Amino acid sequence: MPITFIGGVHPKEAKLTSGSPIEVLPPPKTVYIPLSQHTGKPARLLVSKGDEVKLGQKIGEAQGFISANIHATVSGKVKSIGRFPHPVLGDGIAVEIENDGEDTWAFEITEHDYEKLTPQEIIDLVKEAGIVGLGGAAFPSHVKLSPPKEKPIEILILNGCECEPYLTCDHRVMLEFPEEVVKGGEIIARVVGAKRRIIAIEDNKPDAIALLKKKAADFEVIPVKTKYPEGAEKQLIYALTRREVPSGGLPMDVGCLVHNVGTAKAIYQAVRYRKPLIERVITVTGENIKEPKNLLVRIGTPAIEAINHCGGYIKPPEKLIFGGPMMGIAQYTDQVPVIKGTSGILVPAEGEIPEPGPCIRCGRCVDVCPMGLHPCIIVDYVENLKFDDAKRLGILDCIECGCCGYVCPVRRQLVHNLKFGKAEVWRKKD
Amino acid sequence: MAEKRLKVSASPHIFARQNLKFVMYAVILALMPALFGSIYFYGLRALYLVILSVAAAVVAEAVCQWAYKRPITITDGSAIITGILLAYNLPPGVPYWMPVVGSVFAIVVAKQFFGGLGYNFINPALAGRAFLMASWPVAMTHDWLPPAGGTISGLDGITRATPLNLIKAADVDPSVIERLTSLEGIRALFFGNVGGCLGETSALLLLIGGIALLILKIIDYRITLSYLLTVVVLSLILPIKGHPPYNILFQLFSGGLFLGAFFMATDMVTTPVTKRGRWIFGIGCGIFTMLIRTFGGYPEGVSYSILFMNVWTPFIDRYTMGRRFGTR
Repeated sequence: MPITFIGGVHPKEAKLTSGSPIEVLPPPKTVYIPLSQHTGKPARLLVSKGDEVKLGQKIGEAQGFISANIHATVSGKVKSIGRFPHPVLGDGIAVEIENDGEDTWAFEITEHDYEKLTPQEIIDLVKEAGIVGLGGAAFPSHVKLSPPKEKPIEILILNGCECEPYLTCDHRVMLEFPEEVVKGGEIIARVVGAKRRIIAIEDNKPDAIALLKKKAADFEVIPVKTKYPEGAEKQLIYALTRREVPSGGLPMDVGCLVHNVGTAKAIYQAVRYRKPLIERVITVTGENIKEPKNLLVRIGTPAIEAINHCGGYIKPPEKLIFGGPMMGIAQYTDQVPVIKGTSGILVPAEGEIPEPGPCIRCGRCVDVCPMGLHPCIIVDYVENLKFDDAKRLGILDCIECGCCGYVCPVRRQLVHNLKFGKAEVWRKKD
Repeated sequence: MAEKRLKVSASPHIFARQNLKFVMYAVILALMPALFGSIYFYGLRALYLVILSVAAAVVAEAVCQWAYKRPITITDGSAIITGILLAYNLPPGVPYWMPVVGSVFAIVVAKQFFGGLGYNFINPALAGRAFLMASWPVAMTHDWLPPAGGTISGLDGITRATPLNLIKAADVDPSVIERLTSLEGIRALFFGNVGGCLGETSALLLLIGGIALLILKIIDYRITLSYLLTVVVLSLILPIKGHPPYNILFQLFSGGLFLGAFFMATDMVTTPVTKRGRWIFGIGCGIFTMLIRTFGGYPEGVSYSILFMNVWTPFIDRYTMGRRFGTR
C-alpha cells in the first residue's frame, strides 16, 4: 500500500532542475524588502530614508505574536521607503536598499553552542531571526514552535515532499545540506518535545531518501507516493498517521507539527549562527527560461535579476508565476521581489489563459478534491453570492490546492471563486 | 516600473489534457463502431438518418444560440452527440423527417430552453425520443427493418418486432422464444443482426466504444457497472413471461441496454456528481429498466428509466455528498 491521501492529481512533474546544484546569485545592486512577507501583521518599520544599514540588521520589527522580523539582506543605504510590486499583495510597503557591495554584517556570524539553551530561548532566537515557513504559506515559525500546553506534539514531520511540479529547491536543499536539515529538525523536536520524528519525501526523489536515511539516525525517513498535493499539511499527516486534522483545526489538534525541510535548515542557522533569514533557495524554471537553475538568492531580489542569471528568457514572456504551477501566483511584472515565501519563479512557454465554459457536471473536481468537497456545487453557490450555502458545504475547508481547476474540462474558474467565497465568508464572520 | 505588463490569472496555471472538446469528440469517436454496424445491418439509410439528425441538431443549436444572443458553440461537439444518440434510438425504417423533428425538439426544448450545455436536466436525445414516441407511436414502434443476413427468429424485423417485442407478445410461438434465447440467439444479439433501433442492436460494437471511454476515464464505471449488474440480478428474479429466468445474457444484450448503460446513463450533465450518487443512479436505471421490460406497457424501458433517474439527479446529489475531510 503506497502511503498517500485520498483524491489528488498527477500532473507532469517537469522537475527540470533536480540535477542542478544550487548556485549563489550575486547580491543585486538594489533590493526591495517588503514589510509584509508572512501570515499575520506586517512588521513595524525601524529605518528611514537615507539610513545606512548593515547586512542582517533588523529593519522591521514583528508587531504582535503572529508576525515576523524583517532584516536587511545587503549592506548599504536606504534609498526609499514606498509602495513597490509585491508577489502576493500586488503592491505593498517595501524598503529599497542600495547595495554598497561590501556585505558588511551587522554582527559577527560565528558558531554558538545551543545544546544548553532552553526551549524558550530557542523560540526567541527563531523569532529574532524572522524565520517563517519556507514551503509557501510563510507562517511565522516561532508560533508553530509554541503550541499551548493542552495540545502536546507527539509527532514532528519534516516535509520534503515538494509535490508542486517544476519546483526542486527543497530537493536540492536535502541533497546539499542534509546535516543542517536534520539538525534543524532535531532542534524543533526538542523544543516541542516530539517523540516520533519523520522526514517525508515523495518517492520521485530516491537520492534524497537514500541520503537522509544515512544522515538522519533519529528520524524515520518515509517515502510517500508522488501525487499532488502530497505535501499539503493535512494530507501529509493523514498519509503518514491516518489522523485527520479536524475541520477548522490545526495539526496540533491531532498531535502533529509539520515543518518544511528548508525551514528546518533556516531554524538551524538561526540557532547555530544567530543568522537571520536573509536569503533562500528558489527554483528558476519553465520552458521560457534559457538555463533553469536552483539559486540561493537574497530576499528582496527582483525576479528579473534571478532570471537574467539563468540566461534570461528565450522569447518575450507572457506569464510569470511565483511558486509552482498549481498554487503559484501570476505576476504582472518581472520587477517583483523574491520574498521569504517564494519557492520558485516559473516562466511558462505560453501565456494562454483558457476561456471558462459552463459546468458540465462531470464530477471530476469532486473525485480529486483532497478535502472531500464538491467544488462545482460550492462554486455554483459562490457565483450566485449564496455564501451561507457555500459555508454549509465546507468552503472554509478548501486548501486552494488547485486540483479541481486542473481537472476541470471546461476550465471553470473554480479556485478563483473558492478564494473569493472564502474571503466573503470570513468577512461576514468578523 | 513595469512598463510591460504580463498576463495574470488565478491558479492553477496548468491543466489536464482532457478539455471539453477532447471529452465530446472522444464520445463521438466511441459511437462510430456502432454506426458502421448499423450501416452494415440496415444499409445506407442508417447513415442518412444519422447525418440528418446531426445536421438538424447542430443547425438548431446555432439558430437557438443566435436567437438567444449566446455564444455559438456548435464546434464543442455536444450537439453532434445529441444528434447521433437520437438517431441511434430510432427504428431504421422511420421516414427521413423524423430524426430532424426529434433533434430540433431535443436541442431547442430539452437543452436550449433550459440554458444550453450544462443546464439541461434531462438527456436531450432521450427527451427527443420520448417526444417522437408520444407523437408518432406507430412509426416509432413498427418501422423495424430486418438486418442484413437475416434474423435469428425469422420474425424480428420482418414482422415489425424486435426480440424484446417478441418475448413480450402474448401470441408468440414458444419455439420463437426458444430460438431467441438459445446460444445462437444470444450470439445474434451480441453481434447485432436482430431487429431494433438503428444504433442499439450490436452489443459488441457498443462495448468497443464504451470500454475505450472507460479506459480514458471519460465515463464513470460506477453508473455503467451498477446499471448492468442490477439488470443481471433482476433478470434472475423477474421471470420472462412465465419462462424460467434462465437468460441473463438475453436481458443484457437485447434492446438498448448497452447504448443506454455506456452512452446515455453516463451523460455527465444529467447524472449525479457524487460517487455514491452514481451507484444509486445506475441501480435505479437497472431497476426501472427491468420493471418496464417485465411489467410495463412497452417492451423496452432503457430510455424511460434513464429519463426518470435524470429527474432524481439533484435530489441524489444532495443526499450523497458524504463526509468531508476532518469531520469524523
